[in-house]
Amino acid sequence: MTPLLELRGVSRRFGPVEALTGVDFEISPREVVALVGDNGAGKSTLVKIVSGILPIDGGEVRFDGRAVTLDGPRAAAALGIATVYQDLALCENLDVVGNLFLGRERTRGPALDEIAMEREAVELLRRLSVQLPSVRAPVAGLSGGQRQSVAVARSMMGSPRLVLLDEPTAALGVAQTRQVLDLIARLREQGLGVLMISHNLRDVFSVADRISVLRLGRRVATFETASAQEVDVVAAITGAVRE
Amino acid sequence: MRTRGTAPVVVGLALIWAAFYAANDRFLSAANLTNLVLQIAAVGTIAAGLALVLLLGEIDLSAGVVSGLCAGVMAILHVKQGWGPLPALLAGLASGAAIGTFHGLWITRLRVPSFVVTLAGLLAWQGALLHVLGGTGTVNLPESPITALAGTFFGPAVTWPMAGIAVLVHGAALWADRRARSKAGLPLPPWRAPAARLLVTASAVVAATGVFSQDRGLPLAVLIFVGLVASVDLVLRRTRFGRHVLAVGGNAEAARRAGIRVDRIRLAVFAAGSTFAAAGGVLAASRLLAVNQSSGSGDVLLDAIAAAVIGGTSLFGGRGSAWSALLGALVIGSISNGMDLLALPSSVKLMVTGAVLLVAASIDALGLGKPPFAALRRVRRAA
Repeated sequence: MTPLLELRGVSRRFGPVEALTGVDFEISPREVVALVGDNGAGKSTLVKIVSGILPIDGGEVRFDGRAVTLDGPRAAAALGIATVYQDLALCENLDVVGNLFLGRERTRGPALDEIAMEREAVELLRRLSVQLPSVRAPVAGLSGGQRQSVAVARSMMGSPRLVLLDEPTAALGVAQTRQVLDLIARLREQGLGVLMISHNLRDVFSVADRISVLRLGRRVATFETASAQEVDVVAAITGAVRE
Repeated sequence: MRTRGTAPVVVGLALIWAAFYAANDRFLSAANLTNLVLQIAAVGTIAAGLALVLLLGEIDLSAGVVSGLCAGVMAILHVKQGWGPLPALLAGLASGAAIGTFHGLWITRLRVPSFVVTLAGLLAWQGALLHVLGGTGTVNLPESPITALAGTFFGPAVTWPMAGIAVLVHGAALWADRRARSKAGLPLPPWRAPAARLLVTASAVVAATGVFSQDRGLPLAVLIFVGLVASVDLVLRRTRFGRHVLAVGGNAEAARRAGIRVDRIRLAVFAAGSTFAAAGGVLAASRLLAVNQSSGSGDVLLDAIAAAVIGGTSLFGGRGSAWSALLGALVIGSISNGMDLLALPSSVKLMVTGAVLLVAASIDALGLGKPPFAALRRVRRAA
């Protein structure tokens, strides 16, 4: 099967600093890949490249087997790549429906078509099994996990094929983390590719199919989660040699 | 999308009215209440424009003097240049729109904070007003459709049918909304909420109509003011533009990432805000029958900002509504009017208005005003 997204020898410099050096990376439909690594390993740079924010200095990006140029967030969105940033970018004063449809409101004549938007919102949240007290409640009143779920659900509005999640479980409690991990699993069931950055190996092991380890801008290891040991992943992250 | 209900303001207003009525029963007479709403129409209209600007989390310090300047432009064109009343009035409003667009361009293109740009405007447009008025310093308005704005009153034969239609339209809108939800298979909120809203609106409309009918009638200026507020409310709650205004006020970065052209929204809101200021200036000139050097200066700006904030619009953006301008202006106007009736000096008036503003802003900060009884729950939880 052709991978959904494929990076071949991708490099990116910031002045004299080489943030990524000849990185190969691939993700298939219906697959959750976790990107792990220490601070400064190049995780954020890689995500920013895939979401179109940073151009590459060298190498090749292929989507659906075709070489593509990701020269801006719109180009990435047009390919079907959606990004959920760590800050979620929600408007807390608007309700869930308002946030889901922000910038793509449905209208009937001059007026907002609240009924159509609410129906679509309810349908989307049901499909993703996201439980919320009310889709008409302002986001300000939701828990961290619920907000994360809303942000992920919003990334689904454009029917994407690849979703990038930046630290989706950071700052969440145990139950809320569970909610979000379940949601990631459901994105996979819907046939999407999911690329998540995480610091939390427990979360990574519970949801990812593969784990890619970056260290100092290079991909140093890739593990199949089913057969991997946590100590091996930690060793790859830190560069220690396991006895 | 109101996150703070209007309930606390309404309760506060009722308390203020009860207190003044106890001190002087003429306060709630039909004649005085008609005076009261005539007094607030101009500042309230300016406050409606300011509410829009505040919703973005911005400020317009020039709204007061812009109201004076635009009224001055209208008066000079009409009286000195011999323009017809309507073209002169439209030119006044257009000057407001132009000034607001200028502010907006400066704020969005050069990234100068609105506080600074409109503070400069506060000074410069005051100078422009003095310049426009020239040597005399005062332009009196002869009787014309311009003065008729504040001088026209509708009798019961007109106001009662209008009140009936307003209540019917409101009720029909609530009912249609509910029916559409039920047809779409969406959960229906308890029927008590819309019913209570309709009841409150209907009683307010009926009471107001009754009061106006006992005196000179419904002033045209008040009808214009309420109509403008209702239109702003519709735009904010029901249109894509209004949704984007709230989004930019709530989280400008999120709005930008969602593809909203944040600078265009800002520009449009500053233009609209100054146009409302101009409209307020026209109403004030119509009531005063003149434009002079102090038009739009003094308390006008601060009263308008205070009105919007007391009415429940947050200074931090994203939260508030158009109706805050009406309710807040009623509070401010009632205090001023009531103290005049009691012949209290300005010193007391200013201090009391300040205290009310502080209390209203604190209600907002403490979250006491969130839809019914959030405060009560909070207190219970703490206990």
